[in-house]
Amino acid sequence: MDFPIFHLSLLGDRFLFVMIAILHTIVNHGFAIGLVPIISIMEFKGFQNRNPEWDELAYKMMKVVFIITTTVGAATGVGIWFSASLVNPNSIASLIRVFFSAWLFEWVIFVSEVALVMFYFLTWKKWTLGLSKEKHFATGYFLSIFSWCTMAIIVAILGFMMDPGDWEQKRTFWYGFLNPIYFPQLAFRTFLALLLGGSVALFLIHAFTQRGTDIRAKAVKFVSLWVLVVAPLALISGWWYWYCIPDLMKSHLSVALGTIQFQNWYKLIIQILVSGVILAVILALAQLFKPKFKYAIVFYAILVVWLSASLGVFERAREFVRKPYIIKNYMYANGYKVEDYPLLLKDGILKHADFVSTKEITPDNKVEAGKNVFMLACAQCHTVNGLNSIRTNFNRMYGVNKPWNREAMHQYIRSMHNARTFMPPFPGNDKEIDALVTYFKVTQYSIDPKINVHGFNELSITKEQNKLLIDNMNRKDSLQKSIERKSTTH
Amino acid sequence: MNILSILLSANTIGKDVTLPLPLPEWLLIVVLILMFLVHLLFINLMVGGTILSFIYEILGKKNKDYITLSEEIGKTITVNKSLAVVMGVAPLLAINTLYTKFFYTANSLTGLVWILVVPLVIISFLLIYLHKYTFKVLETRLRLHLTILGGALAIFLFIPFIFLTNINLMLFPDKWAVVRGFWDALLTPAVFTRYFHFVNASLAITGLFLVGYIGRKKYLFEDKFNTISRKELQRQFYKIAFYANLAQFIIGPINLLVLPSIGMKADTLFTIIGGAIIAIIPTYYLWKEITASTENVGRYFVRIVVFFSITVLFMGTGRHLYRANAVRPYQVEMKKNTDKYLSELKVAQQESKAKADKEAKSGISGKALFESKCVMCHAPDRALVGPSVKEIVSIYKGNKEGMKNWINAPSKKRANMSQMPAFNGQFKDNEMEALVKSILEDTEK
Repeated sequence: MDFPIFHLSLLGDRFLFVMIAILHTIVNHGFAIGLVPIISIMEFKGFQNRNPEWDELAYKMMKVVFIITTTVGAATGVGIWFSASLVNPNSIASLIRVFFSAWLFEWVIFVSEVALVMFYFLTWKKWTLGLSKEKHFATGYFLSIFSWCTMAIIVAILGFMMDPGDWEQKRTFWYGFLNPIYFPQLAFRTFLALLLGGSVALFLIHAFTQRGTDIRAKAVKFVSLWVLVVAPLALISGWWYWYCIPDLMKSHLSVALGTIQFQNWYKLIIQILVSGVILAVILALAQLFKPKFKYAIVFYAILVVWLSASLGVFERAREFVRKPYIIKNYMYANGYKVEDYPLLLKDGILKHADFVSTKEITPDNKVEAGKNVFMLACAQCHTVNGLNSIRTNFNRMYGVNKPWNREAMHQYIRSMHNARTFMPPFPGNDKEIDALVTYFKVTQYSIDPKINVHGFNELSITKEQNKLLIDNMNRKDSLQKSIERKSTTH
Repeated sequence: MNILSILLSANTIGKDVTLPLPLPEWLLIVVLILMFLVHLLFINLMVGGTILSFIYEILGKKNKDYITLSEEIGKTITVNKSLAVVMGVAPLLAINTLYTKFFYTANSLTGLVWILVVPLVIISFLLIYLHKYTFKVLETRLRLHLTILGGALAIFLFIPFIFLTNINLMLFPDKWAVVRGFWDALLTPAVFTRYFHFVNASLAITGLFLVGYIGRKKYLFEDKFNTISRKELQRQFYKIAFYANLAQFIIGPINLLVLPSIGMKADTLFTIIGGAIIAIIPTYYLWKEITASTENVGRYFVRIVVFFSITVLFMGTGRHLYRANAVRPYQVEMKKNTDKYLSELKVAQQESKAKADKEAKSGISGKALFESKCVMCHAPDRALVGPSVKEIVSIYKGNKEGMKNWINAPSKKRANMSQMPAFNGQFKDNEMEALVKSILEDTEK
C-alpha cells in the first residue's frame, strides 16, 4: 500500500503534524481537563457561600473555555486526522484498523463532551435557582469526567504506538489498549493537566478581577492551594513515567536506546518540567504568604507558556522514544512494515511504489529516481535543506567543504540503523542507495532539483538535465579533491 | 465504463492495506451513510444560518427586528457548528477505513489546501463568536459588525469546495495522474454543480429549521419582535425553503448529467430518482404553506419534515451507490495487485529466513560484525566520520579490554568529530571478543 507523496521541503512533514498535535494537547489538557474542574468547584463555592461574585468569575472563565475548546480545540482535534493522512498515511491507515473501536468509542465520549461543554455554558444563566442550579453543577462535574475519559482512551493509543506489549502476538484490541506504560502516562498527563489548568485559572482570575478585591484574594488563595496539591503529584507521576520508559526500551529492544539525541531530550524534559513545577509552587506559596504582589498576571502568563512548552517538549520526546518505529515492531517511522522488508530489500522500493515517475533506475533518470527514493524512505522525518536536513547531517559527518564520500555514504545508508538505533534500516536495494547517494551528492553543489510529486506518469528532470546535474557534481568533486590534495602537500 | 481509463490507471491504483477491516463492511457503510447525513445536516444549518444571519443584518438597517432576527439565528450557528464538527468525525473514520487508498490519495494530491481546512475552520469559528458577542458593543458600527460575519461567511462558502474536490477526486483514479494540485482538481467533473446543490440545500434546510425554531411554544417570540408576527416570519422562512427546493429540481438533474457515467448504474439512478419523486410531496405542502392565510401557516410542518427526511435518506444512499460503483473496478484491480504482492512477499520472506538461518549456523564472524556495525564510520586507512582503523589499532594494540570498554561507552574525545554512539548491550560477550579480535588482528596483517 502506498500513496502519492506530500512533502513540505522547508519545515518537514513531521513539523506539521507535531504543531497541530501539540496545540491540541495544550488546549485539551490546559482548558478542558485542567480548568473545568476548578470552574465547577468555584461555581459550587459561590452557591454554598451565597456569593454571586464566585459565580460571575467562574462564568467568565467558562466562557473562555467554551470559546477556545469549541474552536481551536475541536478543529485541531480533527486536524490531527487531516495531517496524519498527509504526513504518514501508511501508519494512520493501519492504526485506524487496529483502533477503530477505540476511536469510535472515544468519539461517542467526545460527542458527549462537546454537548456538555455547550450545555454547561449555555444553561449557566438559565438554570440559576434551586434544583436547576444543582442540575447545573452536575453538568460541570460530568463534563470534567468526560473530558478526562477522552484522554484516558487516547493515551492508550499513544502508549500502544510506543509499545504494543503483547499485541504483536495476540493482535486484539485489549492487548493493544492496556499496554505496559498506560497507567504511568495517564497519571502523568492527568496531574500535568491539572497543574496547567490551575495556572491558566490564576492567569484568568487576574485578568477578570480588580486589584484589591475580596473575590480576587479568595479565588487566588483557592487556586494556589490547588496548585500546591497537584504540583508534587505531577512531579511524582512524571518520575514514575520516565522511570518506566528506559526500562521498557531495554526489555523490548535488542539495542540500548541510550543514544545521544535521546539523552538530550531526556535532560531537557526533566529540566523544563522541574523548573515549571518549581515556578508554580513558588508563585503559589508567594500568594499564600505575601498576597497581592505586583504584576502577578505577568508571572502567570510566563508560567502558562512555560508549562505549555514543557508539554510540547514532552510530546516531542514521546515521539522520539518510539523510534525507529511508528508502531513498534510492526511499522517503521518511514511507513514501511517490518514484514515487508525482505521483498523490498530484494526488489527495491520503487518497483512496489504506485505513485512514482521512476519504476526502474537508469543512468538517464538517476537524479529523479534518487529523489523519489528520498521521498519514499526519508522524507517522513528529513528534508534536504530545511528542518532536520540531510545536508546538516552529512556536513557534520564528512566535513563542510569536502566532497561527501560516495562509498562511505553508501555504506552508512546500508547500515546506519546499527549505529544510529533510532533510524530504521534502509528499505530498498543497493541500486537505490546508489541513486539516493547520487541525488544527495547533486544537492551538495546544486539547488535541490524540483520534481513534480503529482506527475507520477512522467519524468520531471529530463535526460539532459540529469546529465548536467551529474556532470556538475563530478566536476566540483574533482575540483575540491585537487584543492584538498594541494593543501595537504603544502 | 471507459475500459481504457481503467487499464491506464490499473498501474496507479496499486495495493491495499493488508490488515483486515475492523468491522463488517456493511456496518461501516451504514455508519458512513447515516452519520454523514447527520454531519451534513449540521453543516447545512451552519452555512445556511450564516447566510441568512448576514442577509437579515443588512435588512436590519431599515427594521430593527431584523437585527434581532440576525442575532437569534446567530445563536443557533454557534451550536450547530460545534455539532457539525463532532458529527463529522464518525463518517471521517468510516471513509478513512472503507476507502483508505482513494481518500488518502485525494488528500495528498490536494495537500496544502486540504490541511488549510484546519486554520480556516478555527478563524471562521472565532469570527462567528466575535460576531455573536459584539451585537451590543458594535451596535453603532454596523458595517464593521457585518464585515466580521462576512469574513466567516466567505470562509464557510470556500471550505465546501475543498471537501467536494477531495471526495470527488477520490472517485476518479484515472484523473490522479493528470491533476496538478487542488485548483486543477477543482475542475474535475461535477464539483461546481455539487457545490451549488449543497448551498441550495443549506438554504432549504435552514429555512425549514427556522420555521420550527421560532414556532416552538417555549420560544418567546412576542418579547423579541415588535413589527413582525410569528406566522409572517414563518411564512418568510417557508418561502426560502420552497424556492431553494425548487432550484434543486433543476440543479439535481444537471448534476446527474455531468457526473461521469462510471458510477451511474441502475441502482444509483433509481435511488436518486426515487428520492426526487418523493420530494414532490413536501414541495407541494410547502406551496400550500406559503399560499395559506396567515393564521393557518405551520399546519403541514411535521409532514414536510418527514418527507424531506425520506428524500435525504434516498439521496444519501444514491450518493453512496454512485461512489461504490465508481470505485468498484479499481477495487477489483487493487485486490489483484495486493494478492500478487503478498505472494511475492511470501517467497522473499522464505528466502530471507533461509539466508538468516544459514548465517546463524556459520557462527560468529568478527569481520561480518565490523562490516555491519562499524564500517560506515571507520575506513581502513583514513579518517571518515571517526578515526581510521589503523589509528584505532595503534591506540588499542594489546589493550583488548580498553577497546571493549570504549565501544560499550564512548565519550566525546575529538573536537572535530561527532561523538560515537554507545553500543552497550548490542554485542554478546563472545561477539564483542570476536569483533575486537578481528579489528586488532586482521588489520595487522
